[in-house]
Amino acid sequence: MHPVLKTVLQRLGLGLLTLFVVSVVIFASLEMLPGGFAEAILGQGATPETVAAFNHQVGLDRPATVRYLEWIWNILHGDFGYSYAGLGGNIKRSVSELIAPRLYNTFFLAIMTAVVAVPLSLFLGIMAALYRNSWYDRIVNTITLTTIATPEFFIAYLLMFFFAIKHRWFYSLSTVSENTPLLEHMYRAALPALTLTLVIVAHMMRMTRASLINLLASPYMEMAQLKGVPRREAIVKHALPNAWAPIATVIAFNLAYLVVGVVVVEVVYVYPGIGQLMVDSVSSRDMPVVQACALIFAATYILLNLSADIVSIVTNPRLLHPK
Amino acid sequence: MKSDTQHDTQRVKGADLLQIRGLKIEGNSDGVWHPIVKGVDLTLKRGEVLGLIGESGAGKSTIGLAAMGFARPGCRIVDGTIMFDGIDLRTASEAEKRKLWGARIAYVAQSAAAAFNPAHKLIDQTIETAVRDGIRTKDQAVADSIDLYRRLQLPNPDHIGDRYPHQVSGGQLQRAMTAMAMSCRPDLIIFDEPTTALDVTTQVEVLAAMRNIVEQFHTAAIYITHDLAVVAQMADRIMVLRHGLEVEEAPTREMLKEPKKDYTKTLWAVRSLAKDESISDDVTLSIRNVDASYSGVVKVLDNVTVSLPRGRTVAVVGESGSGKSTLARAITGLLPPSKGEILFNGKALPKALKDRDKDTLRRIQMIYQSADTSLNPKQTIRDIIGRPLEFYHGVHGAARDRRVAELLDSIELNENYIDRLPTELSGGQKQRISIARALAAQPDIIICDEVTSALDQIVQEEILTLLMKLQKDTNVSYLFITHDIATVRAISDEIVVMHRGKVVQQGPKSQVLNPPHPAYTELLLSSVPQMDPDWLTNLLAARAEAKAKV
Repeated sequence: MHPVLKTVLQRLGLGLLTLFVVSVVIFASLEMLPGGFAEAILGQGATPETVAAFNHQVGLDRPATVRYLEWIWNILHGDFGYSYAGLGGNIKRSVSELIAPRLYNTFFLAIMTAVVAVPLSLFLGIMAALYRNSWYDRIVNTITLTTIATPEFFIAYLLMFFFAIKHRWFYSLSTVSENTPLLEHMYRAALPALTLTLVIVAHMMRMTRASLINLLASPYMEMAQLKGVPRREAIVKHALPNAWAPIATVIAFNLAYLVVGVVVVEVVYVYPGIGQLMVDSVSSRDMPVVQACALIFAATYILLNLSADIVSIVTNPRLLHPK
Repeated sequence: MKSDTQHDTQRVKGADLLQIRGLKIEGNSDGVWHPIVKGVDLTLKRGEVLGLIGESGAGKSTIGLAAMGFARPGCRIVDGTIMFDGIDLRTASEAEKRKLWGARIAYVAQSAAAAFNPAHKLIDQTIETAVRDGIRTKDQAVADSIDLYRRLQLPNPDHIGDRYPHQVSGGQLQRAMTAMAMSCRPDLIIFDEPTTALDVTTQVEVLAAMRNIVEQFHTAAIYITHDLAVVAQMADRIMVLRHGLEVEEAPTREMLKEPKKDYTKTLWAVRSLAKDESISDDVTLSIRNVDASYSGVVKVLDNVTVSLPRGRTVAVVGESGSGKSTLARAITGLLPPSKGEILFNGKALPKALKDRDKDTLRRIQMIYQSADTSLNPKQTIRDIIGRPLEFYHGVHGAARDRRVAELLDSIELNENYIDRLPTELSGGQKQRISIARALAAQPDIIICDEVTSALDQIVQEEILTLLMKLQKDTNVSYLFITHDIATVRAISDEIVVMHRGKVVQQGPKSQVLNPPHPAYTELLLSSVPQMDPDWLTNLLAARAEAKAKV
């Protein structure tokens, strides 16, 4: 087997193991939360008897290990269980049904942001490395550092103020539903995407710049210059291929953030993403939903980090083409 | 595209190609500009090879790069003219120079392993300039590169270009870089210490390949090196540089026969340092049938048996990868042997470092190749030399300082150095401090791992002389690891020749250095460049003849 394939499979196996450990941690830590769904839904006036009856109905009176094993067994069969929220009444809502549209919205926003932010930060980073210590470099650094240092809700409100209120170019609220057409969805998600772009560009751009500058002093860059390769070409052709590993790691980290860390932006723009769903579910102690969200977040992190690892292996000829 | 024949007819041997007049270059350290090259004149004719020789700091690499109109970051050309074939490289724009670089002036760097981009195949890097400048189409350039690889005697020339730099050996990379420099058939090639990082046996092949191809294409070259014997093989003329100034310049044979300046004569003299061997049966360290391995799979030491007599010097010589440094690690306990035993003063030495008592540790000391990395830059000389005195001998305070002063005296440094930091000292002085630190423990054995390899020849001689004097005074034994035969000749009583983890030969110096030799010793000794300009030619002829006989 090719060593790269072997490494990838190894990492994938390790990722599954991590996911399993994470599932235990998620379940255990939610068990430790004070109060339960019954208390939350029945209110403070609930008698112990009604709480017990409710717990029995939902199955919460069984031992935690049994419930964990049942949960994980069902997940392995693609069943995330039912939300507690519908249990009292007649409508049973499955977690997947609840999460699916929210997850779609989150990924929609994440991909839209990534498509803009990743090429933009690479471009800005390469240019900053090319013209380092110039005015361009300083200005880009200052602006990106400012946007990363500003709280994201503040950026969100500023953008909303300028682009939705002063100039009515965009909506101030990004409400979308399953029936929103694609272009309309993109239009409505534009401001949140712009906000997130401003938040993540600095990190990726600075890493691109730093990794490239790190390589500029290497003998093969001097050699490229003495072979008559123009500076711009030298950076793109000779430095960049050797700089992918650290850049990919930072990109993966930021893409993961786009999926798991955007709840603030979602709330400000009232964008129906998975972050909002999770926060709502935590406050109502709707454990099946919280657990499913947390597991999805963990899987996102693991997968993105795995892709970053693969990029660093594939861009390293020493690993890709062993002796 | 220019065809080769057209290109050749343009060349008129004897016409001036490069003229440098009054070249002055400054370097920046800590914000202060100080002169590196202080007014050098140089003329190079078409098809001629000029050797630039000097110690480190002589400015030879800086001049070599300036001949391309290039100054490294932190350097600047402040005065003089650099005329290349009617173009003034000092006033030429970056774009004009870029058109010349790679196409008409090419550069071959010291470390091919570092100067090749690890991310691209050799062939893509070889043809890069020719294709980008439109000198050849891609297919033509590939075909031409394969031809060059063949001329440079690279193995498997049709396919070696598809390999990545890490997949080929150092000697092959250096030849591939020569092919890369040659691919546009430049008028001038700058060779910047191209064989310094190679083993002697590899160096012979690379030198022969480079000399051939430069002759075949009638390319002018500047060959920069610190090794006189090497430059004698390559250059038509030699220029000796010191402290950024020319010492003297003459045709190679003339220069070798009768150097005029005293400085040049001292460069010549170093190689003649030699001591008489003295044999002893009083063995202090005996290594018996030792195997060692890093991974557990490949044996880096394979059944090694070596003995070190008291008060004598045993030189361990071999190429990189021969296991000579691993032998040092096995003796010091850093890499416990997987088989065999080491007897020290008749008793078995515990294999692992952590099992050895303080007195055993004290008796075996080590000096490393790079004093820069083996001395703590934040500690004063007092702390560096004082530490083993405190640790092994329990000497503190004023008594320790007195002892440090004595040790400084024994390594011929003034006691005022006691409060200095290593960074304030020269390379040779730093290595002296390393020696004093080892001596402070009053060891029975000092293992010297390539201790003179990073130093200039004159400094090397001083360090070797010092080591010999100290041996006479303290009766310490040296296990002297080196790849340099001249050093071996200078210092050893006995020689151990190692190759691929095995001991090829051990014996008194006179026996090992004189025929008959085992095959590998013969190869190693015959590969050491001699001060005779015909050495390489004769060696190649002799080897070809020997091959024909077989």
